[in-house]
Amino acid sequence: MEGLEKQKEHELLTVISEVEVPYYWSIGRYAGEFLIELRDHKRLVGVRCPKCRKVYTPPRKVCGPCFTEMDEMVEIGHTGTLVAYSVVNYKFIDPNTGKNRPIPYIYGYIKLDGADNTFSHIIDYSDVEKLEVGARVKAVFEEKRVGLPWDIKYFKVVD
Amino acid sequence: MANRVAIVGVGQTHHKSKRLDVNGVELINEAVLRAIEETGVSLRDIDAIVIGNMDHFESINYVDTWSVDGSGAYMKPILKVTTGGSTGTSIAMAGYYHVASGLFDTVLVIGWEKNSESDTTGAIITCSDPVWDRFSYAGAIPSLAAEATAYMKAYGITERDAARVAVRDHTHALNNPFAHLHKNITIDDVLNSPMLSYPIKLLDVCPRSDGACAVIFAAEHKAKKITDSPAWIHAVSTRHNFGWFGDLEYARIPSLELASKEVYKKAGIREPLKELDVIELYQPYSFAGLKWIEAIGLCGPGEAPKLVWDGVTDMDGELPINPSGGVLATNCIGATGLIRVGEAALQVMGKADNRQVSDVKRALATGFGGCFWSDVVLLGKDMPK
Amino acid sequence: MDRVAIVGVGQTKHEKRKRGETFDTMVYEVTYKALEDAGITIREIDNVVTVSNDFWDGRTISSMAIQDACGSYNKNISTVEGDGTFGILYGALRILSENFGTTLVVSHMKGSESHMNLITNAMFDPIYERNLGLDAITSSALQARAYMDKYGITEEQCAKVSVKNHKNAKNNPYAHLAMDLTVDEVMKSRMLAEPIKLLDCSPISDGAAAVILASEKKAAMITDKPVWIKGIAHCADAYHLGDRDLAECAALAETSKKAYEMASINDPVREIDVAEVYDAFSYQELMWYELLGFCGRGEGGRLIDERVTERNGLLPVNPSGGCLSAHPVMVAGMVRVIEAALQVRGDAVARQIPGAKTALAHGINGPCGQSHCIMILECN
Repeated sequence: MEGLEKQKEHELLTVISEVEVPYYWSIGRYAGEFLIELRDHKRLVGVRCPKCRKVYTPPRKVCGPCFTEMDEMVEIGHTGTLVAYSVVNYKFIDPNTGKNRPIPYIYGYIKLDGADNTFSHIIDYSDVEKLEVGARVKAVFEEKRVGLPWDIKYFKVVD
Repeated sequence: MANRVAIVGVGQTHHKSKRLDVNGVELINEAVLRAIEETGVSLRDIDAIVIGNMDHFESINYVDTWSVDGSGAYMKPILKVTTGGSTGTSIAMAGYYHVASGLFDTVLVIGWEKNSESDTTGAIITCSDPVWDRFSYAGAIPSLAAEATAYMKAYGITERDAARVAVRDHTHALNNPFAHLHKNITIDDVLNSPMLSYPIKLLDVCPRSDGACAVIFAAEHKAKKITDSPAWIHAVSTRHNFGWFGDLEYARIPSLELASKEVYKKAGIREPLKELDVIELYQPYSFAGLKWIEAIGLCGPGEAPKLVWDGVTDMDGELPINPSGGVLATNCIGATGLIRVGEAALQVMGKADNRQVSDVKRALATGFGGCFWSDVVLLGKDMPK
Repeated sequence: MDRVAIVGVGQTKHEKRKRGETFDTMVYEVTYKALEDAGITIREIDNVVTVSNDFWDGRTISSMAIQDACGSYNKNISTVEGDGTFGILYGALRILSENFGTTLVVSHMKGSESHMNLITNAMFDPIYERNLGLDAITSSALQARAYMDKYGITEEQCAKVSVKNHKNAKNNPYAHLAMDLTVDEVMKSRMLAEPIKLLDCSPISDGAAAVILASEKKAAMITDKPVWIKGIAHCADAYHLGDRDLAECAALAETSKKAYEMASINDPVREIDVAEVYDAFSYQELMWYELLGFCGRGEGGRLIDERVTERNGLLPVNPSGGCLSAHPVMVAGMVRVIEAALQVRGDAVARQIPGAKTALAHGINGPCGQSHCIMILECN
């Protein structure tokens, strides 16, 4: 068709849009308690299910498998075991900041002592050679804490 | 009265890394027109439409209403189902449920994604909890890589084992004109490719593709008129047990185990390795081609490498996996799961051209996404009871 | 059509900002309430359909946030992205397929956590329309103007809808904005986008809702007051505002026609006892009267002038207060269904329309009422 053939010769245009959309998520009572304990007392806490007795961190209202409301906050350790990890090595834009997140960094799932699920966080990059599934790790806290999960600066491998 | 349901036609675009020549609505329309032409129905015959993709990729809100020009949904019933990476299989199931309900006889299901228009990693990061996970989560690749490290440790699996899977799928893709990537690669090519997120290297993982797929589902009385070789839906199942990545088990994938068990139970399958003829596995990276075939019961935990190295899952093996090349060759996310179902249907219908496996009576398709969301769909040549 | 019933319902109080609640706590609240209402436990739920929108939540795969809270562990599950009515429709289809005996459908929304205009601007075409700054309010203003000019509907008539619904909301403990207003107060309220004034416009609310559906067989075991879905239909209109005659909505006419046919309704005004319609804006309620067949085209204004849709009129519309009084987007259509179900069950307490047996519930998705879903409910 003549018209379409002409179209093929044209440049292919694009529209670029960069929109900043702010969100104001409520943290809620359960997660809030974890962050307040962390900020004020350098303590990590989890919540225990009255039915299956599992301890979850970060705390949340409902134990999914039991579909039961949880209430009992328990203190858990600063140390744990690395269950799974990866070393992130490609450039990407952090949707939280709109800028590239610094790489490489280590991303891992830690079973904190006293908790039954795992806690995702960053491992100190200087420990990259010591990384293995099953390694023992310990939380390192920021001096000045504000009530957010990165009040834990990172986890370090302990021997 | 519930209907028996079959897939009667599949259309898909030739998937590419950038379709600069079409906007999203036009991309959708391409797949729809191909499905309609291929099936020999007209838009008039379509009673309802289901569509899915991942919103934050193309940054379009209310995609069901936005896309009516392309989807053919003008003055028709349309529903949007979105479940993340598993969207494609979730919409296939929605198409099945629409027809099975008895309220709609012929339903068009459309999956699509224009990944070139998105910041894929940024968008995927927003699936994580904004307080707990987002600051450390870097998208699908590292989270899958973490799964791989736990699996490797638990069962002594190696990167080389995973590379064998990647070579298989890329080789299969050479037979598939619709696949995005057509790469002739070796195991060493995979092992030497750039490390993205240990242990996942570039050739271990899926590309980002622009593409769309449309599949037509029909009730028994219509299906038989439309085609001589409908692909009947025998059973479907979904499991998505958690919302936080930290709640998952990492050495195994229980959601896929549970979903496949339910499908096998419904269909009376006891030995999937013997009773299935072909599998289109949603496998976004190579290690999944080992870990997840254990989960669907082809072998025990840690035994997948032997199956793969023995050639059981190659095109000439006992149970070919991903004759289309799978997700490693094409990943237009909203469509990818639907392509698995569509490709499985083409296998049953005998319309898979150069990638056709011989004598397919039963084909399995799976979907994956979210917090290890697992979808399983079983198709068959014979009408279910 | 085989029979599907609503056997349990639950909703939160809809509010401006539920600061202490998160998506999952709200979903747990309504799931728990619906289970209690039905008198069953989560074990009796065969599958779950969640309803949410990624843009509103600021989260891709918005359903992930509420997995634990909706009791989906080890169950089949899916997610509809669209108004709650569409979620209920899908939940019903899954039961009619004979794969499940019960479906829990649950929706959530925290409109307070972002900016409505950015979120709804994103529903417009990124190539031609978004840069115009269109959002839900400005686009609806275009529709209001087109409709009112074509049919001679006045702003005062629209204001009457606002007065009626906000007053009705006083009977509804779940409503966000219950108040006594006069037409004058509505007319004098701040102009947002001509002709839509502040009091013509629904608020943006935080809230959640859940509905439990059951097959005929299961419903009989669960309750002696099943609310039957006698008719259910959905349909979408054209997309670009310029492709539509905004004063018309063939999709709604088509949807209601189908739903009425399924429910064997020939004379909606006489055969429907109460209607809960999606009044995101005051003009919309009048326009929907016409397209739902409550009156002829252009007679929406007359209907409200003649008080036909007041609580004590021939066909009460929105005795709950409607969306004008509580608008958790995505949830609001489900709330219409819940309110309609409570009416025909005789459980609507202070907002009960006496003797209601047949009700209509209506939900919308997309700009300017592009896509509609209607349910006709009945309880014997």
